[in-house]
Amino acid sequence: MAGPFMPKYTRRAFLHHGLTFASAAATVPYFIQKSAAGMVNTNSALLSSQAGVPEDHVLVVIQLGGGNDGLNTVVPYGDPAYYNVRRGIAIPENEVLQLSQKEGIGLHPRLAGVKELYDEGLMTVVQGVGYPNPNRSHFKSMDIWHTGETSGIGDGWLGRYFDNTCGGAPEGCSGHSGIAVGRTSPLAMTGRKYKPISFEDEDLFRWTGHDLHESLTDPYMTLTGDEDHVPAETDSNEAFLLRTALDARVASAQIRDAVGQNPLVGFPRSGLGRQLQMVSSMIRAGLETRVYYVAMSGFDTHAGQGGTNGGHANLLNQWAEAINAFYKDLKAHRNDGRVLTMTFSEFGRRVAQNGSGGTDHGTAAPMFLTGPMVRSGIVGRHPSLTNLDNGDLRFGIDFRTVYAGILDGWMGANHQDVLGKRYRAAKVLD
Amino acid sequence: MPPQAQDLDTLTTSTQAISPADFGYDQARHLLWRAGFGGTPAQIRTLTEWGPARAVDYLLNVEEVEDPDQPVRNSFESDIMQPPSEEEQRQARLARRNQDENALAEIRRRRQMRQRQDRRQIRDIQRWWLTRMIETPRPLEEKMTLFWHGHFATSYRTIENSYHMFMQNQMFRRLGMRNFGELLMALIRDPAMLAYLDNDQNRRGSPNENLAREIMELFSLGEGAYTENDIKEGARALTGYTYEYNEFRFMEQRHDPGQKRILGKRGTFDGDGFVRILLGQKNCAEFICTKLYRYFVADIPEDRRDPRHRAATSVINQLASTLRAADYDLRPLLRKLFLSRHFYAPQIAATQIKSPVQLIVGAVRSLNTPVRDLSILMDGLDLMGQNLFYPPNVKGWEGGRTWVNTSTLYVRQNIMSFLLTGRTPSGYAPLSSVDRYDPTHLLSDLGRTEPGADRDPQRVVDYLLRFTLGRSPRHAQTKTLVDFINENGGRPTPQVLVGTLALIAAIPEYQLC
Repeated sequence: MAGPFMPKYTRRAFLHHGLTFASAAATVPYFIQKSAAGMVNTNSALLSSQAGVPEDHVLVVIQLGGGNDGLNTVVPYGDPAYYNVRRGIAIPENEVLQLSQKEGIGLHPRLAGVKELYDEGLMTVVQGVGYPNPNRSHFKSMDIWHTGETSGIGDGWLGRYFDNTCGGAPEGCSGHSGIAVGRTSPLAMTGRKYKPISFEDEDLFRWTGHDLHESLTDPYMTLTGDEDHVPAETDSNEAFLLRTALDARVASAQIRDAVGQNPLVGFPRSGLGRQLQMVSSMIRAGLETRVYYVAMSGFDTHAGQGGTNGGHANLLNQWAEAINAFYKDLKAHRNDGRVLTMTFSEFGRRVAQNGSGGTDHGTAAPMFLTGPMVRSGIVGRHPSLTNLDNGDLRFGIDFRTVYAGILDGWMGANHQDVLGKRYRAAKVLD
Repeated sequence: MPPQAQDLDTLTTSTQAISPADFGYDQARHLLWRAGFGGTPAQIRTLTEWGPARAVDYLLNVEEVEDPDQPVRNSFESDIMQPPSEEEQRQARLARRNQDENALAEIRRRRQMRQRQDRRQIRDIQRWWLTRMIETPRPLEEKMTLFWHGHFATSYRTIENSYHMFMQNQMFRRLGMRNFGELLMALIRDPAMLAYLDNDQNRRGSPNENLAREIMELFSLGEGAYTENDIKEGARALTGYTYEYNEFRFMEQRHDPGQKRILGKRGTFDGDGFVRILLGQKNCAEFICTKLYRYFVADIPEDRRDPRHRAATSVINQLASTLRAADYDLRPLLRKLFLSRHFYAPQIAATQIKSPVQLIVGAVRSLNTPVRDLSILMDGLDLMGQNLFYPPNVKGWEGGRTWVNTSTLYVRQNIMSFLLTGRTPSGYAPLSSVDRYDPTHLLSDLGRTEPGADRDPQRVVDYLLRFTLGRSPRHAQTKTLVDFINENGGRPTPQVLVGTLALIAAIPEYQLC
């Protein structure tokens, strides 16, 4: 006989409950309608946008953690110095996917998925991106990229964007304006006030108590969504918590429902493929989320990284296949024009390979911007392989000028308010 | 009933001591949650019997409570992140000069190995502190240590030295309930802080103003209480305050001994002189009392017309006078606060949003659940936004409503289900041990005072809601929980009680204390 806490509860049963609640919106009292609608419309209601910037723009950030080897990603095959210092791991000239014969650069052969996007005019390669006094610690350099501060101390740059656009009210952005798919919420998305929604698995973005026993589900719904109980004093913490609990249930149902859809194209089964599939589904379902954040790691290739094939090649291939499928799916549901994707890593690697067939922590590396709105092609010059700073590449483009270009040109923000300083915004968008 | 808007106008600002007659179960419970991390029914009963003065003195006089954790205090490695020896530096220079890539790679490999070892140690230190908060017989000592960690926020992420973080944590514990002036003097000698705010690079002729600025803005006076020139002059006073290995070191040759003018005072001040000037400012006591008020009592609405703002200002002024009169000794101030009628006002009780630490430590301490798996609890803290030893920035944790949004609310509910049932949400690492939790002991006082009441669903629910929420429940809540028990056999068996508590922990107001 089943005890009171045998897991009888199924995912479908929860979705049923969740959806009943969401679709009942027409009949529930004003308070719920307001919070549900307020959540969905958070951005249009609160963004202080610039004229001419539509408000359905989405930014997707792909983080390649560990320090991606830029020189084996965008390969300077025309420079003999490249082959001199990378005898074991260099990509032969006849294998690279041509980007520019004139500059002598091409893509790693396993980046066919990226090359396809590039040929369709959907890709910008921003070369030699870095910052002054490069830091070679993964954590510190990642913090520098996340905060946009060379100290690496402070709030996240996207968090500050939300702080600025939500009028500083933590509740103002408590809808799903920023969603991070991953284990923890990235510093980049965390503001002084604003905290993003983050979940690794949509199945955890809900109350797991449902799994204990089915008899818990109905009381849970009553206890967390007592819509008749609106405290008279709406500015109290109690009222704030009641509102958030109701929002959470609506958001959980919407997000889980969205993510449950089948994509229109096949996605690779890699971690990044799965994350981007979730993002595409959420965009398709019409969540008015402004920023999505996904990440893959493993780029810390100190030993045996391989060349045309091998560990690093496989990582690049995962990224290329995933982002290629992502844009195909977006195009199939006609949202590609709304979605700009930025791919970055915390640093590149040293110019010369090390004694273990790998590369150690370095400095400048390429960034990639994807989408029909990008200024497709190559931005910036490939950093010199001979004019080095202590064996490392010198950066040509400060990553914050790229952030500035995105904030001003795509997010409808004023980059100075967000980054705290005036930069010469990089011309990366059309 | 929870306080309503009109009640706020009657919020008392009295810091007179609460009379023993007004100090009952709810007040003892409130004291345990705010001056500590919550308590069991038996602890609440004991404090109720003692009355307010003895209860508060017991929490304050930590030295009189034996600390069984003492022996393991110094079991961490102190030298993982020591700077390279002269011989190692010589070899590195040689390798660089000869462009010996293999030797350089080996040096980097060794450094990375040490960094990995140190990151393992900071995990151990995190676990140690969380365990200490859960087990300590001196809850206020840990609560104050956590307060200073947020006030003098320093992050492992930046300094990458776990032993320095541990030493700083011990310093907060040693001095955190003594004298604020003493604490500030120790702070400008603390290696973790000196590294975090770059004072190790602050030297005569090329000053670094980071510590001088934050010590005024965030640690003692608050923004606007000084000029940019005071920062420059303060930075000169702090030149030469640095550290070597694990020790503070004053390097005279780096110190600027010249005349300075700081906040209107002239002299050849060093760092100590600078701190003494800060302590002499009227703002200083108000600033510290404001931070303590927000930590122990309530958020302060920004709107000056809000009655909570007016009440807070009045209470803070009274507390600041106490702090000044005691030459910055913290205990008279804490004693006044924890005895004050304002602190026990119904508009204050059960209105504060629990920090993630408060939620987890409070659940284990009050409900007596198994600890289950410290690593999962640490992950939970991180997901809820309070990763110990990793405050988000030098301002520390913002606290209050920023703790809760739609996704952290689920983490909060789910970590409670985990503590109560031991079931890992899918996606977490598998569990090392599963302890069965039997909450029946929570009801023993109920059964003792009224035989049979601990088997009556209505009485059980009333009792548990008062114990967990510290406020009168809404009618619908009580009814829902009674129905739940009745639908599951009508008897508060351990399993039914676990289900009841999982539901209670999902009530939005459970996030308050």
